[in-house]
Amino acid sequence: MNKQQQQEAYKNYVKKKTPVHSLPANMAKAFVTGGIICTIGQFILNFCKGQGLDKDLSGGWASMILILLSVLLTGFNIYPSIAKWGGAGALVPITGFANSVASPAIEYQKEGQVMGIGCKIFTIAGPVILYGIFSSWALGLGYWILKISGIL
Amino acid sequence: MDYINAFWVGGIICALVQILLDRTKLMPGRIMVLLVCTGAVLGAFQIYQPFQDFAGAGASVPLAGFGNLLWKGVKEAVDKEGFIGIFMGGFKASAVGISAALIFGYLASLIFSPKMKK
Repeated sequence: MNKQQQQEAYKNYVKKKTPVHSLPANMAKAFVTGGIICTIGQFILNFCKGQGLDKDLSGGWASMILILLSVLLTGFNIYPSIAKWGGAGALVPITGFANSVASPAIEYQKEGQVMGIGCKIFTIAGPVILYGIFSSWALGLGYWILKISGIL
Repeated sequence: MDYINAFWVGGIICALVQILLDRTKLMPGRIMVLLVCTGAVLGAFQIYQPFQDFAGAGASVPLAGFGNLLWKGVKEAVDKEGFIGIFMGGFKASAVGISAALIFGYLASLIFSPKMKK
């Protein structure tokens, strides 16, 4: 077999082995998964409002409970299966963020409390917190400038 | 009705992000960062809050809602405390989410042991 044939054969092999993803099917799965997680969130929100809590506190409770559920599912190794099926539906909600915090913390515990858990817990959370805080800071700075100059 | 709105709006956000995931080489971490920043910007332009008033958890549970929450925190703190508020509001508003994720994540690392990936 000359080199070109080999490359051709390899290409075909890769093509055969790469799983074929159908975008509409993945989108439908993401839709259902994300929709269900948000509906659970809405259920907690409504329950808290029913208990007489205000909007902000209800939101806090909803985040806290969703994060707790997600961390438990991560610990019992169930969340990876949900993420595998649901794709972005499991990634986009706050539960995906909680999963990305808990999963490396569990994974790297062998490397120690500080350099293992302590560092790796921020693998995804670090960038999310950094850019979230920074972008809201920058927007806040703009808002403050507009405010003192009397535009807003 | 609010359950239906939460379901379909949250679902659509996830389905749209699925396009990004499948059609671009963006990794999950980058997508999360993108969502939070987008949420903060849409919040600042007063687009996200009306949207969230309509969709409830369908807009607040996705990470873009976290970005909106950060912006709301900063804005409230600026209104109340002035300049120093820019440095206060973000963490104050996101305290529950970040603390819960870190604390439960750490506790999980004490309780659970790593499992083989399937």
